[in-house]
Amino acid sequence: MNLGPITLGHYLSLGGMLFALSVIGIYLNRRNLIVLLMAIELMLLAVNMNFVAFSHYLGDMGGQVFVFFILTVAAAESAIGLAILVVLFRNRATINVEELDTLKG
Amino acid sequence: MTTTGALFYLFSAVLLLASFRVITARSTVHAVLFLVLAFASASAIWMLLKAEFLAITLVLVYVGAVMVLFLFVVMMLDLNADDFRDGFWRHLPLAGFVGAVIALEMALVLMGGFRLTDAPAMDAAMVKLGNTRLLGIEIYTKYLYPLQIAAVLLLVAIIAAIALTLRRRKDSRSQNPSEQVRVKKADRVRIVKMDAVIDAPSVPAQAAPAAEGDKK
Repeated sequence: MNLGPITLGHYLSLGGMLFALSVIGIYLNRRNLIVLLMAIELMLLAVNMNFVAFSHYLGDMGGQVFVFFILTVAAAESAIGLAILVVLFRNRATINVEELDTLKG
Repeated sequence: MTTTGALFYLFSAVLLLASFRVITARSTVHAVLFLVLAFASASAIWMLLKAEFLAITLVLVYVGAVMVLFLFVVMMLDLNADDFRDGFWRHLPLAGFVGAVIALEMALVLMGGFRLTDAPAMDAAMVKLGNTRLLGIEIYTKYLYPLQIAAVLLLVAIIAAIALTLRRRKDSRSQNPSEQVRVKKADRVRIVKMDAVIDAPSVPAQAAPAAEGDKK
């Protein structure tokens, strides 16, 4: 089996597939808030994958610096998201998205 | 096929399988564990791309801290997994359609180019410095202000997370030191003006001059 050398396109395809999978996950698990947060983490991972691949193949460290910052923002986001989730569960005893209709949106 | 290529396909397969299980797992705890597997294989792929520092950071910070936080929250909340599965099969066609469209669009873009096979050769001096030091130089010179902003962002996240989840107990009998320090004399002591009460002298009259004589 000869698949040729690993090109930039391979890594970008991997990132694309990962992103598509997490979008599917957001559609499938519309009710479970925790799985929604995890799908967002997977999306950020896919984006980071693209950044690292471009950084490697173009010989530019800027991409890796951006991954660093994205990791920072993602960590802050998931910390606050989980804190909100805990408060929500304390007040409503559910994290089912479809029961959170107090705002009548 | 080279070793790197074989490793790439292996880790990519594990990564995609793990992320597929993340979105389809019945139990949320299993989903978190598969997410850990996905991040670990992504870290291995980054290692293939010679981004060692970020690969280690992904394992330490993400798997070590954020995923464990997820796991704690999932285990702390009392969730009934079956409540969430109602719309699963109903949403599947739409989800598959959207995912296929996204994958097709990506394929259209990726077909056009991105056939770079080899990374540009790095200088011998840069190779000697290593990935971590190069990243450090870049961050602390060119991206110093963004780094400060990221630090402030983390501080805001800490304060927000604590402020959101902090719960004051109602039956607590603790002391408040700042109130104790701030207290004034008027809060504690009340001075009541009242007339002096004059007692009849209890000492016999002839004993008093004798006491005075002793003092002299």
